[in-house]
Amino acid sequence: MIRLLSIIPLAAGLGAAHAQDLDPAAVQVLAGPCANCHGPDGRSPGAIPSIAGLPEADAVKRMLAFRDGTDPSATVMPRLMKGYDEAEIRALARWFAEIGQ
Amino acid sequence: MKMTMRRDVLLGMGAGMGAMALPGIVRAQGAARVVVVGGGFGGATAARYLRRLNPELRITLVEPQERFVTCPFSNLYLGGLRDWDSITHGYDGLRAAGVEVVHALAEDVDGSARTLTLADRTRLDWDRLVLSPGIDFRWGELAGYDQAAAELAPHAWKAGPQTQLLRRQLEEMEDGGTFAIVVPQGAFRCPPGPYERASMVAHYLRTHKPRSKVLILDSQDRFSKQALFQQGWQALYGDMIEWIGQSDDGLVVEVDAGAREAVTAFGTRHKADVLNMIPPQRAGLIADRAGVTDETGWVPVRADRFESARVPGVHVLGDATIAAPMPKSGFCANAQAKVAAAAIAADLAGQEPPPASFANTCYSLVGPGYGISVAGVYRAEGEKVIEVEGSGGVSPLEAGPGFRQAEADYGAGWYASICADVWGTA
Repeated sequence: MIRLLSIIPLAAGLGAAHAQDLDPAAVQVLAGPCANCHGPDGRSPGAIPSIAGLPEADAVKRMLAFRDGTDPSATVMPRLMKGYDEAEIRALARWFAEIGQ
Repeated sequence: MKMTMRRDVLLGMGAGMGAMALPGIVRAQGAARVVVVGGGFGGATAARYLRRLNPELRITLVEPQERFVTCPFSNLYLGGLRDWDSITHGYDGLRAAGVEVVHALAEDVDGSARTLTLADRTRLDWDRLVLSPGIDFRWGELAGYDQAAAELAPHAWKAGPQTQLLRRQLEEMEDGGTFAIVVPQGAFRCPPGPYERASMVAHYLRTHKPRSKVLILDSQDRFSKQALFQQGWQALYGDMIEWIGQSDDGLVVEVDAGAREAVTAFGTRHKADVLNMIPPQRAGLIADRAGVTDETGWVPVRADRFESARVPGVHVLGDATIAAPMPKSGFCANAQAKVAAAAIAADLAGQEPPPASFANTCYSLVGPGYGISVAGVYRAEGEKVIEVEGSGGVSPLEAGPGFRQAEADYGAGWYASICADVWGTA
């Protein structure tokens, strides 16, 4: 419920919230903490995989698998992805896909 | 498509302009000025992201130290797993990004005149002020513990000479000695920090002085990632680490730093060879000067923009704030800084700030190749921070060695990434 509340103003009047319906400034804020582990703009200098330029569809699939607990290799990502709804996950995937490698 | 174009405006321009920015351009008349106090995880991030969001803004970062030593990974230095340089960061990356960096001590804030006064009496005008002052200690609150005592029984809770002092004391300690660490009452920076420190000291002692002991005297009865730490301690160090919680007379009320003795609430005297006293804490002093602290000594903020609830135009970040359920961590300070930067940039452009969203992941190293984590996702609900239901939590207790190894590696990866994000260093 709490999660939905923060999205409603953005998706108001639109049926399902699609990635392109989220304001870019809002997506940029959503994407902010990703850089802490995956590096600035998703380009990682260390042991954590880069996410910049990942194909959008692959990234959506991977994040949903994390969220749904079906990725056996996962460590912290399931705990994090449970904090985002599908529209947000799609928006994040597009954001990092468009940054490019 | 629309999103792509606007993303370019938000991000691409920042990156392009940053490389070309000259001080003369930054000082262009009419450009709004944001002054940031504190060059740590919160302040340096805010400065960097404000420049990216709007390269027209004049951003001044005020930080007394020319080189910043991070608390995160300072326990690994104590354990002998990291060298000093690897946890030390300069400000060239921020300068290259177009941030004006001033190495001075911020002394006073006038919230109505919108000025910041430095120790040399220089006054800086600001349109928005960001304070990320970290913590200060409540000296004198714990009987017998003051700045002079800290030279004998170091706190090492602000990374720097104190951390090096503690390391030297550990090196000088005889095999068979006792290292005691005292966990303070009240909110403190880095909730899992004392237990990671106990782990890293145990690693050092097991390797070099295996007959020694680690004693944790705790003001709390439960602690961050407790079951995971205790499981790891058992697996890696056997019974080398002893934890005494508050109900078992773990609360320390008095210290004799010269004798390296800690005295508990019930009068038990614990004699240590190396005594690591973590003192009670509060927001960094400049927060008080700015009038943004409350009676707790910490800073209440509006969660949607990390702006002071008391002085408009003053944003406060990181350990200094009351942001529970977000912990006092470098990761959180960085996440809060991005929300504040977005709010300030929008506000100065006459736009509505985007909705706040935060996350946190705190890795702790129990031993080499043995990492554990706690994570959370947060939003602003009204003026409060809330944790998104169902998100977050700690590493599974039943995970195998592969999982612990991965989290140790990811902890190191996190440090490389966040330092690149904050200071532009790896």
